[in-house]
Amino acid sequence: MTHVLALIDLSPSGEISNTAPGLLAAAAALGTPVAVTVTAPGVGSVLGGQLGALGAEIVFAAESEQLGSVLIAPQIEALAAAVAAYPSSAILVSNTSDGRDIAGRLAVRLNAGLVIDAVAVRQADDSSILATHSVFGGAYIVESTVTGGLAVVTVRPGAIDDRATPATATVATATISVDAARFAAIDSIADTAVESSRPELRDASIIVSGGRGLGSKENFVLVEQLADALGAAVGASRAAVDAGYIAQTAQVGQTGITVSPNLYIALGISGAIQHRAGMQTAKTIVAINKDADAPIFDVADFGIVGDVFKVVPQLIDAINARAK
Amino acid sequence: MKIVVLMKQVPDTWGERTLDVTTGLSDRAATDAVIDEIGERALEVALTHRDAVKGTEVVVVSMGPASVTAALRKGLSMGADSAIHVLDDGLVGADAWLTSKVLAAVVARSGADVVVAGNESTDGRGGVVPAMIAEHLGLPHLSFLNDVTLTPGEVSGSRSTDTGTLQAHAALPAVISITEGLPEARFPNFKGIMTAKKKPLEVLSLADLGLAAASTVAGNGRSVVVSTVQRPARTAGTKTIDEGNAGVELAEFLVAGRLI
Repeated sequence: MTHVLALIDLSPSGEISNTAPGLLAAAAALGTPVAVTVTAPGVGSVLGGQLGALGAEIVFAAESEQLGSVLIAPQIEALAAAVAAYPSSAILVSNTSDGRDIAGRLAVRLNAGLVIDAVAVRQADDSSILATHSVFGGAYIVESTVTGGLAVVTVRPGAIDDRATPATATVATATISVDAARFAAIDSIADTAVESSRPELRDASIIVSGGRGLGSKENFVLVEQLADALGAAVGASRAAVDAGYIAQTAQVGQTGITVSPNLYIALGISGAIQHRAGMQTAKTIVAINKDADAPIFDVADFGIVGDVFKVVPQLIDAINARAK
Repeated sequence: MKIVVLMKQVPDTWGERTLDVTTGLSDRAATDAVIDEIGERALEVALTHRDAVKGTEVVVVSMGPASVTAALRKGLSMGADSAIHVLDDGLVGADAWLTSKVLAAVVARSGADVVVAGNESTDGRGGVVPAMIAEHLGLPHLSFLNDVTLTPGEVSGSRSTDTGTLQAHAALPAVISITEGLPEARFPNFKGIMTAKKKPLEVLSLADLGLAAASTVAGNGRSVVVSTVQRPARTAGTKTIDEGNAGVELAEFLVAGRLI
């Protein structure tokens, strides 16, 4: 069986990202999974056990002095070295901003095919790789492949729920250095992520989102209160973000994050087509809005025409009463 | 300084966008075609720099069918100095690899100091083309920038990471892409619309760019669509008007559906 590389996202402090299990499961479905990590010198091999537990049969632990000073390049160089050591049919990378930069430059460098934003991957009968895409906000399901040769595939974070069978990983380390002149230089990295007990938006099973109908930043707390009662992530429409109620990182929609949770609760969101493009593949949609004609009701499984400031506190009380 | 701005004509996100299920291609006739908003913001970055620094030249570039002329004319009316339209039948259905190869050839020919693009289009949402252009040209790139500072020899800015933000810089020439963190574009004024008609708009084929036929420059592994299926439209479920008890009813709905 051919090898399939998965670039493991690591936090600045070296923790394995929650995108890793899905990537390794996808890699295992296509071949022998090789986890590729890029770390500072001396610490690359410590992740072997954890990555084996997630299904990696081989860990290619690249170490580079330049990680943290040269943007993107160490990861590209590590994947190029890994594919030389382990001839592969595919290289899987998360569809994040870093991941897309890495995948794009690598595909050009290796003269490989590039498949972007896969929500599922499988092997066809002729052993070519088929990727599934959710296009135009999930209005279409498109399947694509690469004609001939290596495929570099970016995988949508949170899209793959499968998990690979745990393995005992063999760890190989390599030292990587890059031509810094061909890449951007990092001046500083600020870790501003607030420690939140809430789940991440992109792969949360329940999301509570607020829109312009909340009226103010102070009132937006209502969205957070319902989210916390449900153990949900907090999202927002672009209107709420533009009005300054919440940070842009919470934006769901055409130009924000595309989500596909089990339950999506839209509070005071009218449901412009751009917002629906980011959430209409949710399994169940609930909407509360005082405007009976709001387009969000066209896609809602349960819609309430009413005042969010009356309905939501009552809902929170009912949820809390049930929890007791 | 010469700034090349990449713009893409896309189906208007205010309309119902459709794919042709037999070809897998975007159905360009089904919706109004507009310049992608993020491309307009990219142009605004270039125009703002030109307003501040004399001697800056701004070129808008787009690849696509004949209809793209309208998008480029709008770019000219907003203030770009000239436009380049890559028009070639061989580019229908081009994937990111081929697109980036062709745009890289345009950039190389133009002698740009900096290339500015949107971070991702609203139709394909790939977000890979700027980095791929940089790789074709062996240039540094800075993508997904939330702010941009351009100086004679360098571009710098910040981008969001999974855990915070990152500040970076690159020597020119370089390729950058920007996010919605950058300001909205200006509107074309009357004078701009009138002068746009006299500004140069060059139409180039692959041969004009010194490239062989699309099939030979397309790279080793072309990304091709195998199937396209339209997901059934969602239908509206229950809609009730709150008469004082809707919160409780909703809780019951969620419990009944095992959603909480």
